[in-house]
Amino acid sequence: MADIIPLDTLSPGQSGIVSSIEGEDSLVQRLYEMGLLEGSRIEFLRKAPLGDPMEVRIEDRFNLSLRRADAHLILIEL
Amino acid sequence: MTTAADERRQARPESNEIRVALIGNPNTGKTTLFNALTGHRAHVGNYSGVTVEKREGPLRRAEKKVSIVDLPGSYSLSAHSPDELVAVRVLLGDMEKEPRPDVVVIVADASNLERNLFLATQVIELGVPSILVLNMMDLATANGLEIDTQALSEALGVPVLPVVARTQQGLDKLAELMQAPEELTKPAPLPVYPEEFLQERDRLRERLEKLNVPENLLQPFLVKRPLVEIGGMVEQEILRAAGDEARQAIEEARKTLTEKGHRLRSMEASCRYRWIRRECGPAIKETKPSGHSSKERTDKVDSILTHRVWGTALFLILMTTVFQAIYAWSAPLMDMIDGFFVGLGNLVSGIVPAGPIQSFLVDGVIAGVGGVLVFLPQICVLFLFIALLEDIGYMARAAFLMDRLLSRIGLSGRSFIPMLSSFACAVPGIMSTRTIDDRRDRLATILVAPLMSCSARLPVYTIFIAAFIPQRNFFWFFNLQGLVLLVMYLVGIIVAIPVTFILKKTLLKAKTPSFLIELPPYRRPLVKNVFYRMYERGREFVIRAGTIILAVSIVIWALTYYPRPDAIAEDHEHRVEFINGVYTEKLAGVGFDASAIPAPGSGEDLFEYIAASDLSATDDQKDVLDAWIAKLHVLETQVEGAYLRQSYLARAGKVVAPVVEPLGWDWRVGMAVIASFPAREVIVATLGVIFDLGGDVDEGDQGLIQKIRDAKWPDGRPLFTIPVAIGLMVFFALCMQCAATLAIMKRETNGWRWPIFAFVYMTGLAYLGALIVYQGLSMIL
Repeated sequence: MADIIPLDTLSPGQSGIVSSIEGEDSLVQRLYEMGLLEGSRIEFLRKAPLGDPMEVRIEDRFNLSLRRADAHLILIEL
Repeated sequence: MTTAADERRQARPESNEIRVALIGNPNTGKTTLFNALTGHRAHVGNYSGVTVEKREGPLRRAEKKVSIVDLPGSYSLSAHSPDELVAVRVLLGDMEKEPRPDVVVIVADASNLERNLFLATQVIELGVPSILVLNMMDLATANGLEIDTQALSEALGVPVLPVVARTQQGLDKLAELMQAPEELTKPAPLPVYPEEFLQERDRLRERLEKLNVPENLLQPFLVKRPLVEIGGMVEQEILRAAGDEARQAIEEARKTLTEKGHRLRSMEASCRYRWIRRECGPAIKETKPSGHSSKERTDKVDSILTHRVWGTALFLILMTTVFQAIYAWSAPLMDMIDGFFVGLGNLVSGIVPAGPIQSFLVDGVIAGVGGVLVFLPQICVLFLFIALLEDIGYMARAAFLMDRLLSRIGLSGRSFIPMLSSFACAVPGIMSTRTIDDRRDRLATILVAPLMSCSARLPVYTIFIAAFIPQRNFFWFFNLQGLVLLVMYLVGIIVAIPVTFILKKTLLKAKTPSFLIELPPYRRPLVKNVFYRMYERGREFVIRAGTIILAVSIVIWALTYYPRPDAIAEDHEHRVEFINGVYTEKLAGVGFDASAIPAPGSGEDLFEYIAASDLSATDDQKDVLDAWIAKLHVLETQVEGAYLRQSYLARAGKVVAPVVEPLGWDWRVGMAVIASFPAREVIVATLGVIFDLGGDVDEGDQGLIQKIRDAKWPDGRPLFTIPVAIGLMVFFALCMQCAATLAIMKRETNGWRWPIFAFVYMTGLAYLGALIVYQGLSMIL
């Protein structure tokens, strides 16, 4: 079985597939609309200089910034 | 049954104008397309009743009259922010004074089509004739994407056009389509949702219909929103209209669907994306990119610009440059504008005879207009930078870098640009909070933005620093005056931290916001767009801030000008007569017969008479004549001061005198502070008049600096001591002495509640700050 870990525990450069997104409905729907959904390939690019938020790349198409607290609720299959 | 929305549609003026709406995700080049189509001839206004910016312009080089509206960028029609709600309502024809568009142009980023099609399928579902524009086709091709527009068009049921807005490629074809809306058919609804879901939606619609829910909320697109979007804007509106029974109907429908195994919160996304992949996927082919893709370039740049060391350093250098530009580069232009209005004032004084009309024109209107326009260079420089950095794609990174710091006080990186703008002027700063989607975050940002030291405070700091802070260097390069100026700038920021923190814990209590934004690829800026954005912002500032400042300046002028008691005028005439007598005698003493000179009413009269008539006078005699002119001028500034000291405003100053005494101020300072209500910098000119120097002083005026140093209390103590001066500067750092900011706050928050709150809390803080500084320093010094 593949490892499933929260997005914020990935190290920069690591990537995986989104297996589930938890959290508040409005945020989850926002993520969906912005193109981050279960099954999306996601790559953790880097953290901001102060450690938060983080920059991720979705489906090799576009980059999003999100806070680590929100990233914690996104589970990634490595 | 006709609803309000129907009536509005019917009330639409019969015209042959074709209305086109542009909609699309942020960063798809929608505004570039809009500018290219309209040829930079946009009219910027507001949608009626809301504070969402509306940009509208005519299609250029068109045979028919086509009006294009640039809707706010949005990812979805599910409307999380006021901006997005406006987009939905315009498309549904449900916006007041806003006829439903004849054609919708959906702008999509060709490189990121799948995500963009999410919004496209929603728009197509609304049933308005639509065109899908694939923008930035060149980048998509470079990134190795091949898009079969024919297949895509068949799948979606709308025409699909590849364009490159930056180079205007493909725009002629688009313009052609826009001008023939009759040839576009209403697209058929896309079979995105499963049958089971649609049945449940129809059942819900029937139940809500019986509950008198307004019909505009029952359109097929909207009535299903409560099912897929829990707690959304549509659900809120339905509940407001029909209350508990509607809630029950919605909850039952949700329950039925959940029991059938549907996950509602991901329902829309999974249905749409599944449909998009199935139907549109085959039209998109990915091959190996030729050369470097834009993505790789962006990653390389980002690894430097958001680097822990280099990124931070570059950010600081960039922000310093912006500040330097706002304050140093705009200075020559500001001096020119200032000089122009002083010259204009003098010119008008020469033409219009002295009296209330002259004073109204010169001290009210011209000074008021000049006081606004003098800030225009700074506003333009600021927006030149912001537009440039936004066009490049850096602004999103700046917000990314600053998010952590702002999150500590309960805000997010989105508040960064408004705060930065507020260092030039809070008016554009507050206007730029519209992109903050969380209402409470936005309000908190609006309320603390005026604490940032705007450029109107600079003249106040300059004069008091020049008068009271010694010009001294220490530690080789620190200059004491510069250091004090820096501290004044920091005061606002330092005070803003606890204020925001407390606001977010009390009045604007909410959970910590998220910071979910897209970081767009870096792009070469389009110079034309950047300058156009700057022009738009500058114009908006002049119109919005200008009219208010001008109006309030005129009121304050009237309060300083009136009343005009005869006693002062008579007294002045006696003094002039006396001086004329004294100097006629003095001239006789040096052998000059002045009896031929008509008794002058003012120094100007005498000067002109002497200049015009061919007087033969010796050097000694000339000296006396010059002294005579000078003495008359002194009398004039004295009478100006005498009028002001008994004006309505002075009376107000005397009323507040006991209140401001603990700050070390006398009534004259209190009065000058009241006079600076329309705009802070007015205090410099007011102090000039109060201390008998006339109003033509500026912050560098040595005479004013000397007068301020020499001003005394009635008992002979000096009025302005260092504690008073620093206290006054702190007062101005924290106070809300700006009518334009209050007016913009009223507009952006839809009411007087928040501007009044801001005025009260800031004036309170300013008073407290000045009190602590004055009393504290008085004890030490």
